[in-house]
Formats: sequence, C-alpha cells, structure tokens
Amino acid sequence: MSDINPLVILMASIFTNNMILSNFLGMCSFIAVSNEIKTSIGLGQAVTFVLGATSIINYIIYKYLLVPYNLEYLRYIVFIITIAAFVQLVEMVVERYAPTLYYSLGIFLPLITVNCAILGVSLFMIIRSYSLIQSFFFGIGSGLGWTLAIVAMAGIKQKIKNSPIPKGLQGPGITLIITGLMALAFIGFSGIVKI
Amino acid sequence: MSSIFVTVFIITTIATVLALLLTLANYYIADYGERKIVINNDKELYVEGGTTLLSSLISNEIFIPSACGGKGNCGYCKCKVEEGGGPILATELSYLSEDDKNCNIRLSCQVKVKENMKIEIPEELFNVKQYNVVVEFARDVTPTIKYLRLAICEDKEIQFRAGQYIQLLAPPYADSNEDVFRAYSIASQSTTNKYIELLIGYVPDGIVTTYVHKHLTKGDKVTFNGPYGDFYLSDSDCDIVLVAVGTGMAPIRSILLDIKDKKISRNVIFFFGARTEDDLFMIDEMKRLEEELPQFTFVPTLSRPDKNSWNGEVGRVTDMIDKYLEYKEGREAYLCGNGPMIKSTVNHLIDKGFSEDNIYYDSFD
Ligand code: FES
Repeated sequence: MSDINPLVILMASIFTNNMILSNFLGMCSFIAVSNEIKTSIGLGQAVTFVLGATSIINYIIYKYLLVPYNLEYLRYIVFIITIAAFVQLVEMVVERYAPTLYYSLGIFLPLITVNCAILGVSLFMIIRSYSLIQSFFFGIGSGLGWTLAIVAMAGIKQKIKNSPIPKGLQGPGITLIITGLMALAFIGFSGIVKI
Repeated sequence: MSSIFVTVFIITTIATVLALLLTLANYYIADYGERKIVINNDKELYVEGGTTLLSSLISNEIFIPSACGGKGNCGYCKCKVEEGGGPILATELSYLSEDDKNCNIRLSCQVKVKENMKIEIPEELFNVKQYNVVVEFARDVTPTIKYLRLAICEDKEIQFRAGQYIQLLAPPYADSNEDVFRAYSIASQSTTNKYIELLIGYVPDGIVTTYVHKHLTKGDKVTFNGPYGDFYLSDSDCDIVLVAVGTGMAPIRSILLDIKDKKISRNVIFFFGARTEDDLFMIDEMKRLEEELPQFTFVPTLSRPDKNSWNGEVGRVTDMIDKYLEYKEGREAYLCGNGPMIKSTVNHLIDKGFSEDNIYYDSFD
C-alpha cells in the first residue's frame, strides 16, 4: 500500500496528474461538451460525483469480493457494470432534480458510462494499491481535475468564438490543438509530487 | 469447477444488487405522479407523468401525426406547448424553424410530461381516431403500385376531406420487429364513410410498403389512424390545375371524385405523369370522369413511352404545363408527387401566372 497523504493525492490528481491533460482520458465528452461554461461545470460535477462514488464502490467490491476469491481478473467487467449502473442512477437524479442541466447535457450524460477517465480511476487505484481513503480522494481529485480542464477549455472556446480560425481547423481541430497547449502548460506542474 | 460457480455467483450477486438499486430508484425517483394536460384551454387530461407527450396523448385517443412512431426523425408530431414543456431539446432542433421556436412549437414525441402542461393542437385532430379495418381487396394496378380497399369493421365511420391522409400501421413481421406507421393519402371519395382506398407504391426495403406488397392479402386485419392533413380543395370558384405522378394519383383522385359527387362546377385540368405505359393506372376511370364532367380534362403523359403503342402526350408533367396552360392569373393548383417534381412544377406554374399562395402540394418525401 502506498503511504502518500490522501490530500496530496487529491491535489496531484487535480493538477500534476490531471486525467485529461496528462493521461488523455475522457477526451470525447471533453471535446464535445466544452462549448459552454455552464454545461461544462454541470458535466464536471456529474463526472466528479460518479468518480467519487464509483471509486469507493469499486474499491469495496474489489477488496472484499474479488481479491478474497482470486477473481481480480474480473475487475474490468465488474467495474464497468458498477459504473454503468451508477451513471444510470445519476441520470435519473439529474433528470428529476436538475432538468435544465439534464437537457443541456443531452446525450452526454449517459456517455459518462464510457468516459474512460472513470474506468481509468478505478483501474489506477488498484495498480497503485491505494487504500480506501486514498482511492476516494483520488476519485474526487480526478473529477475536479477533469472539471477544471473542461471548464478552462469552455472558457477558451468562448473567447475564441469570433476569432478568425482557418476553416479546416474549426471545431474539434482547434480544440485538440488547444488541449495540447494546455497539456504543455500542465507539464510545468509535473514532478512536484509523484503519486 | 468450484471457481466457475464462485465467479458466476459473485458476478450475479453484484448485478442483482445493482439492478435492485436501479429498480428502486426508478420507482421512487423517476415517478412523476399524475400530471394534468390542458388542451386548447378547454379539455383536461390526467396522465401518468414521465412519458412523452405524444404517447400520453395517444393513450387518451388523441392522435397527432407521427410517421416515425415517436423516434424524433419525421418532424410530424409538432404541437404548441404553452406551458410546462421545458427547454427545447437538441433532438428537436433540426425540425423546428425559427418561427416554430418563437411560437413554442415542439415535437411532442420528444417532450416529456413532467409538470402540468398547457398545449394547443388543431381542433381537427380530435376527429382523428384509430380504426380496425379488413382488407376488402388488394390489387396490383402497376407492377409497383397496389390499390387497396380497407373496410372499417366496427360501427365506426370515418369523416375526412378529399386530399387528407391516414397513417397505416404495419405490425411486426418477418423483416421488422416493431410497430411502424406510415402516411398514405386517401384515394376514395369523402362521401364514403365505411371504407377508404389507398394507392401504395413499392419502396425497396420500406418497412410498411414491403408489408403491404408482400404480406397483405384480402381478408387481413390492419389498423390505421387518421385523417390528417390540410391538403384539400379550397372553397373558391376559380379554375383548378391538378398535377400528379405515380401514387400522387391518390389524393387527386379523391378530390376529383368529390368534385363529381358534390357537383362542383369549376374548370379542372389534370396532368398525370408516368414513365412507361406499364406505370399508368386508373386511366379508364379518368376517361369516364372526363365524359361525365364536361369541365374536366385529363392529360396523361409518359416520359419514356414505347413509340409504337403510345399515341398520347410525351414528356414530363412540366412540359404539359408549358404546352396546355396559357398565362393567366387567378387559378389554383394542387400537386402531389415527389419533392423534385413538386419543386419544378411550382416554378413552371409561377411562370404561367400562378401566385405561390394558390399552389397547394402534398409531397411524399
Ligand atoms: S413522431 Fe416523428 S418526429 Fe415525433
């Protein structure tokens, strides 16, 4: 088990080991939903929530069901089932209690299921042998990091909305380039801590 | 061996617990309770919340046109939602014009009933009903067009105006596993209330046309709902130009039979286009109408005739417009056919002095 302070993991997963900008996980919704700051914050919250919750649930299932019975190899399918079920739950809750958000997220809410950042967190926490608390902080941190990246991207996109971008680069093209630049900037943080 | 059991058991347990959780959530969170829909400030409906507006209305026997069966890709199921529809969804955008958006027009198959709602729908739709019918005959009038008569079984009667259409339901069959509705114009006259006639062209791989052409025979039971549409003869007394190709004959025939039944005395000319002689149908009937109605002229035209046997007009319907019509204002035109044909016909008619407001059309696609 690693003995890093959970708070360090939290900070690291927001800045130095950002899911999008250093691991490039969860790119599809990052590119598609980052048009408006409000929607991005909403999706970010949903992702953070799902990450926090599934990291705990998956940790418990892994530690207390899969490991004792030597079924670690089942972790992919089990993690995905839990994530899928959880996302569905979140969808129902958002649809019921935050309809505006539900409508602006549209198809991307169910797509959290296949957001690789989420499966990534569950798998990283196993590989890095985190404890329950560490996993939880890692999950929340990754979610916040993802939110940070997508909101920053939405902000930038809004700024460049009226800029004369060459035709071939408009849309996803320029988004990918900006993502690359952001990733370069975030590299500046790396090496501060190792998680 | 035991490891297999353990694996299966563990996976099953996890799945069961999650399924249980979701079922409970569905029961408590996705339960919207009973909601009220006020229609045209007059009729009130109480429906189970959480389903789409379209299906809530259908379950209350109010039928809104929905050719795609609620999948959000025909754009027919529009209605005005005054209150309680929530914001416009991404899935609706491509079917709503700016005007629609400003007037709160929505696609009823996408809007969910979550709050009490106020909506407006055309009064005629209250006249729309679902009918169970028996196929009285199903004949091939050309190699690709079937002529059907559907007799209404119960003691219901259908009231419609010549030119309107119905939606025929194809139940699941060999090549399709769901209920599919498609719109077809009524070909019979509006004075007969116990049956309707349809002309249905074969579209390769079309779910409903394949059902009609390959599976439906005399005596079969089917279902349709209707009537819908606002393509019908105006009450004016100016001259009428009718233009149709292929199964576009259907609403035009209905209009013509009505003109005869109701003894309407307006000058009528009908251009009917087909490719070859094989594609022509109901020609005898049209000729008979021509004899019975002194003010009616029928002009069939073929675009690819067999020169040896055909001695009628040759060319497209637009050529006939150029040939037969003088420049004159104050006439009405009724067109039925495919999009490109309608488009070019409209241009030719405008060249002949028609005002765009007096050109009515029913486009198949
Ligand atoms: S039913 Fe086809 S779009 Fe709504």
